[in-house]
Amino acid sequence: MELFTAIFSITYQFGDAFAFLVISCAGLAVIFGMMGVINLAHGEFIMCGAYVTAATARAGLALPVAILCGALAAAAIGMVLERTVMRHLYHRPMDSIIATWGISLIATQGVLILLGPTMQGVGTPLGSMALGDRSYSLYRLVLFAAAVGLLGGLYLLFYHTRFGVIARATIQRPAMARALGVDTRRIYGLTFGLGAGLAGLAGGLYAPTMTMVPTMGATFIVESFVTVVVGGADIFLGAAPAAAILAIIKASLTAWYGQLFGQIGLLVAVIVVIRIMPGGLSAVVKRWQR
Amino acid sequence: MGRGPAFWAAMVAVVLAAAVYPLFSNDYTVGNAAYFLVWTFMAMGLGVVWGYCGALSFGQTAFFGLAGYAYGVITINIGSAYGLTWLALILSVGLGGAFALLIGYFMFYGRIKGVFIGIVTLSVTLVLETFMSQTAGPQWAIGTARLNGFNGMSGMPPLTVPWFSGDVVLYSGTALYYVLLAMVVAVYLGLRMLLNAPFGNVLVAIRENPERTEMLGYDIRLYQMLAFGLGGALAGLSGALYTAWGQYITPSSMGLTSAALPIVWVAVGGRRDITATLLGSVLVIAGFQSLTIYGSQYALVVMGALLVFTVMVTPDGVVATLMQRLGRIFGKAAR
Repeated sequence: MELFTAIFSITYQFGDAFAFLVISCAGLAVIFGMMGVINLAHGEFIMCGAYVTAATARAGLALPVAILCGALAAAAIGMVLERTVMRHLYHRPMDSIIATWGISLIATQGVLILLGPTMQGVGTPLGSMALGDRSYSLYRLVLFAAAVGLLGGLYLLFYHTRFGVIARATIQRPAMARALGVDTRRIYGLTFGLGAGLAGLAGGLYAPTMTMVPTMGATFIVESFVTVVVGGADIFLGAAPAAAILAIIKASLTAWYGQLFGQIGLLVAVIVVIRIMPGGLSAVVKRWQR
Repeated sequence: MGRGPAFWAAMVAVVLAAAVYPLFSNDYTVGNAAYFLVWTFMAMGLGVVWGYCGALSFGQTAFFGLAGYAYGVITINIGSAYGLTWLALILSVGLGGAFALLIGYFMFYGRIKGVFIGIVTLSVTLVLETFMSQTAGPQWAIGTARLNGFNGMSGMPPLTVPWFSGDVVLYSGTALYYVLLAMVVAVYLGLRMLLNAPFGNVLVAIRENPERTEMLGYDIRLYQMLAFGLGGALAGLSGALYTAWGQYITPSSMGLTSAALPIVWVAVGGRRDITATLLGSVLVIAGFQSLTIYGSQYALVVMGALLVFTVMVTPDGVVATLMQRLGRIFGKAAR
């Protein structure tokens, strides 16, 4: 029994870290992996999703519907931004970093001015269960399921729908896709919106577990970037396995030495990985496939 | 740039104007101006790394913070007698530079390129911030210096110059302003020489086409690492001076918002030329300072908007574009 609770505890922590990494990096991975744009306003899309979720949930909507509202709101804002700013910067990756950074500053401070330094959140649903002498929040299990479901959903979307085929074609050979009659500008807009929506979804899913402050996006951003860097350009071959590996590192280091060492471990992992495989995991996997 | 009588005439005029400025102003404004000068080193360092070498570093505040803390720890331990604060300054700048070389080694020898440099440096900064924030307990002390976690360190001595009639303590004010001005001029001229020398040409070549530069037989990794180390040392100089100026440093000086600041200055000022970077940074910092005084909470919004505007309208930087336009107008008039 002792052994069982220990194993459960470790698995639980691993699942928790895995879910956090996958959910928080999915949107980033779509925007970066498919479009090659580094979106430093990613954390702010997450914040937006969390705020809308909390607001609609307290207005009386059921939590899953509220989370959906959060994701949709972030997606809508993302598409507007793509139309007004990002569209002009696709051929200038460095400048797109700066522009999204500027947007992130405006968003954080704007929310601080409009809504104040903090916002009333929603409580964690589902309660907790006890095993051994510790208790575990059931909602964390839901998050793990959501992470797995998210990966499955994205896989279906990109590999088994018409939109997915067109989107991948557009991103790989824009000129060719345009020649074949694809409205590439629309596809770029939709893909960016999808990434922003996924960020909003992350915010919505984690809204019940966090304090709602305008800078809450910053807690996600480092780890999601680390995951994307380790993973490389492909979401399925890269980001998902990267999240699993990083989750093991983070969970074990956090369990043994505390939060800080978990973070430092992630950083060291990223530097080592880039040192030995610059293209990230997905490049290695692809080479190996051939 | 940096050669010929026109450059030197302009240079002398600017330095003279800066030198007589305290005579027409009160001590408080001069202290403020000194504060702007403290930051210019970090901006110039980023100008070298990003503008000349093409590696966008989000991590300049990591070296800033590291050197700032190092200055605090060293001065608290060795005191300020005999002008030892300058030794502390040199040591902390060296530490900042060495740390930058280390990070640079891993990045450039690991062939990290483009946007990934930004991500790695940003992560370094944020991890360092997290680390310093949790050093609140009494076990986190180096010698007699407590690190104090989130509250930051305070009470370190300002720079002192040993003098015959007792030490001159450089509190914020006219004396410090002159010392900083001299340092800015020295660093600027040094960078100007370095960037006009073959070293600078190689950096620009790497920015324009790394593969071709490598084919010509240059070890671009070495040059990038050295440039990054130089940028880190300059950021460290800003950090140590900042700590000496305010006798205060906190982990938040490495946080996300702080990390954004140097990028805003350099992006808005113009990164392709160290002169534009310097002038632009001073202008943006000064403008920003007055914004924080008159409309504190909107300052960051304006800054973000300024960034987006710069990127969309004048990608080379506002000051650099202005300089080019003026140069073209005067160039026509001279002909």
